Amino acid sequence: MLTTSQLIPEHAVIDEVCPAGEPWMGLVKKGQIFRILDLEGNQAVDTLFYNADDPEERYSAADTIQRQANLYLTTGSILFSSEGNPMATIVADTCGRHDTLGGACAAESNTVRYALDKKPMHSCRDNFMHALAHCDCAHHLNMTKRDITANINFFMNVPVTSNGGLSFADGISAPGKYVEIRAAMNLAVLISNCPQLNNPCNAYNPTPVRLLVWD
Amino acid sequence: MQDILWEEVIPGGHHWSGILRRGNTLTLTDLEGDANASALFYNKDEKLERYNMPDTLKAQHTAFLTTGNVCYSDMGRIFCSITADTVGWHDTICGVSDAALIEKKYGKANFQSHRNQMYRNGKDGLLIELGKWGLGKRDLVPTVNFFSKVVANDDGVLTYQPGNSQQGDTVDLRFEMDTLVVLSTSPHPLDPKKQYQPATIKLTASRTGDVGTVDVCRNHCPQNQRGFINTDRYYAS
Repeated sequence: MLTTSQLIPEHAVIDEVCPAGEPWMGLVKKGQIFRILDLEGNQAVDTLFYNADDPEERYSAADTIQRQANLYLTTGSILFSSEGNPMATIVADTCGRHDTLGGACAAESNTVRYALDKKPMHSCRDNFMHALAHCDCAHHLNMTKRDITANINFFMNVPVTSNGGLSFADGISAPGKYVEIRAAMNLAVLISNCPQLNNPCNAYNPTPVRLLVWD
Repeated sequence: MQDILWEEVIPGGHHWSGILRRGNTLTLTDLEGDANASALFYNKDEKLERYNMPDTLKAQHTAFLTTGNVCYSDMGRIFCSITADTVGWHDTICGVSDAALIEKKYGKANFQSHRNQMYRNGKDGLLIELGKWGLGKRDLVPTVNFFSKVVANDDGVLTYQPGNSQQGDTVDLRFEMDTLVVLSTSPHPLDPKKQYQPATIKLTASRTGDVGTVDVCRNHCPQNQRGFINTDRYYAS
């Protein structure tokens, strides 16, 4: 469902741009609003959420799908944790549909999906692991590859048909579209601004996104 | 299936784990109908490598699993191939039940009142088995739910399909890696049945034998051909 937000960037406590193909990690406190803004359109933003106070509790794609009996995320969708707790709710969405089946690209899965010689290409899992190794807010959480689980792909369109077909379709996002969540617990947010060049998830042209947080 | 290595029956609601080696096949048999067997796979020698639902679905452009499909690890390799399947659709999207869901749907039945007929849930069953191998909550990822079918409409609304698996239905998993298999036969989380009556399944392990050059899984799609190359390279000696 398409819904807009009244929040204005001048009042944001965090307002940063994540360049194309780079990771980002930050804390969003309980009650804060977090906006991801697709600056140039059709940019998949691979995102994982962790309970910042106990990162063993983390976003669970299967719980989120199962508990709402729905594959897609939009306004009103609750993002559930591995403990069955609401982590966040989508409170605004000008795109209309976000994916949580497609996962994140990795050097190894790229060899399967495209060609064996695609292994050196930059990938979301490399971004996740780089962020976990270097972000100040991740240092005390002691997270590793083991903590990288099935993620959300904001602005990505992965339609499933009633006979079980699945495809990576052209994006339905556009420049300036955004999604907002309200945190229901203190969240550590781990993002890879997807560098994939082999399929239409980024319209074959990865671009920057803007990340904002309001109290 | 002449060369059977072992057989084991898993009552409905229970949990199981064990090692299946490259070159062996595990047959799951639904002994009662409408079974659910939630499964996870880990590399026996490096348990950080585990079943990856998104990689499995997107490599094969499918939202469910059946003959010809393979189960991918997060490292671009293949744990096991579905070489035969009388069911036709196995869910890998919906995850497992937890204690709160089971109590909400079926009421409470603990060991003190029900002994081994107590109501077990999928998440705790998998965690118990994972714990036996030094694994835990950080290793619990989306499962394959063998025998269960859930379909999506155009809006993504999911509906469980009763009767997907009949008594005697089987699915064969040919293992391509030395794999830790973790299972729960607790009810599928979207199964609308009002009674807690999860079906019993049978596990039959056998030697795979000659695969031959025309393989329904390897040649299912170019992606699987590359997945087999990655897997063969891992075991090259």
